[in-house]
Amino acid sequence: MSDFYREVILDHYKNPRGHGAIESPDATAEGLNPLCGDEVSISVALGADGETIDEIKFEGRGCAISQAATSMLTEMVKGRSATEVATLPKEELLEEIGIPLTPIRLKCALLGLGVLKVALHRAKGTPLPEEWAGLANELEIS
Amino acid sequence: MALRTSPKLDASKLRADFPIFEQQIHSKPLAYLDSAATAQKPRQVLEALRTFYETSYANVHRGVYELSERATAGYEGARQKLAVFVNAPSEREVIFTRNATEGLNLVAYAWGLVNLGPGDLVVVTELEHHSNFVPWQYIAKRTGAGFRMIPLDEQGELDLGELDVVARDGNVKVLACNLVSNSLGTINPVERISAWAHEQGAIMVVDAAQAAPHKAIDVQALGCDFLAFSSHKMCGPTSVGVLWGRRELLEAMEPFNLGGHMIRAVRFEETTWGEVPAKFEAGTQPIAEAVGFGAAADYLSAIGLDAVEQHEHELAAYALDRLAELAGVTVYGPPADRRAGIVSFNVEGIHPHDVAQVLDLEGVAIRAGHHCCQPLMQKLGVAATNRASFYLYTLPDEIDRLIAGLHKARKVFG
Repeated sequence: MSDFYREVILDHYKNPRGHGAIESPDATAEGLNPLCGDEVSISVALGADGETIDEIKFEGRGCAISQAATSMLTEMVKGRSATEVATLPKEELLEEIGIPLTPIRLKCALLGLGVLKVALHRAKGTPLPEEWAGLANELEIS
Repeated sequence: MALRTSPKLDASKLRADFPIFEQQIHSKPLAYLDSAATAQKPRQVLEALRTFYETSYANVHRGVYELSERATAGYEGARQKLAVFVNAPSEREVIFTRNATEGLNLVAYAWGLVNLGPGDLVVVTELEHHSNFVPWQYIAKRTGAGFRMIPLDEQGELDLGELDVVARDGNVKVLACNLVSNSLGTINPVERISAWAHEQGAIMVVDAAQAAPHKAIDVQALGCDFLAFSSHKMCGPTSVGVLWGRRELLEAMEPFNLGGHMIRAVRFEETTWGEVPAKFEAGTQPIAEAVGFGAAADYLSAIGLDAVEQHEHELAAYALDRLAELAGVTVYGPPADRRAGIVSFNVEGIHPHDVAQVLDLEGVAIRAGHHCCQPLMQKLGVAATNRASFYLYTLPDEIDRLIAGLHKARKVFG
């Protein structure tokens, strides 16, 4: 059991980091997986340089993987540049989660990252590679 | 609470016919509670497939040589078995398809496109699997016919009072309904609904994918016009199913797939169609799979569908009793005495994916999701449920392990 639901995942699920919403955010987006009902919405505040992710918060409900992954994501990207995060490879997040995921659970894990990329793309025109555009469609991210 | 299974079916003994149960999952014995998604296969079916390929395989209907005759006998023999399995008046009314979904699409396209138009109504139910919902929705849209849905009541059963209400909106031409719900295990009164449909001058199309493996089917007694089911849910191979249809309807219908075998004569100016069932079996069919399907029908008939139904009924009652012991578990659907061997439920505070994941780590396979019934999920007010489903090889011990797994999920996420 603890090989899959590692302490760190359960911790992020029960005590999500960055939970909440930013008032007057610079970028927002929300996503829903219609197949299982996982929901995530993310708001971002950028620094004075308009690039650095100063603050990032998320709200949502759903399975442990989707919520924990998004919580881990907020810790990972804080302080990094929007352009860098726009091209953040999914492998980096998956490594952080650290467990093998079947295709179904993969979608749970990547929901938050997809939402974040769409948020940044909409706010700053950062690139949204086709892989993520497709996922954004499937996961009803807007 | 001790459970006494019906003396007519010995699940432990039958289980030994299924090689897949010999393995462990995550170092635990496999408790397979997802037969509604697909059934496991007994040696008898696997051997029938192998033997056919090893001794009798060739293409059917066309050849003059010995092997071809043997293959044709195997294929047509399977058709005959399936006709008997559903008490069809004639084996010529039994069409081999890829699965129940394809059978339902066949009726929607080949009957629906020609026979539906503005002023007509296509009626489905809130309990339908997408395969008996989406084709009708689409064909109604294509033809300009209206599309209506009979809702559920609080018990997860159809509100039949709505039938007459819906009929006021136009000419009901199609009523599409499942015999057993794959989500809630509800058993629908198809005989009664067929009679009503015929009073309206409508055809009755039955999705029997979840029923045919688990209870005796008699298309004549049901009074329906079309009935579709799949091999893989009744211990047969994937890639083959049956659509049964009334002879006069099939003969009047346009074809669906066109090409080899379904023709009488092909000329540049005009092509004529073959007789039913050939008319609906274009190209090389899943020959060996049909033979395997026939073997599955034999296997189930030898056990007796009534015994299978009784066994699952007892398991469902046991499962409901045990689930009632847990706080925060919501079970959807009718009471035990009115449902088939399917139980959908949710655990408060734990997402179905996580429930299913924890259970998997304990060797228990259940399904989590919308079960291809999104309109139903919307009615229930959830995106997904957990579903445990039973079959002839399911043991009460497996339900005990499901319950133990739910306790474990509580501990992990509590």
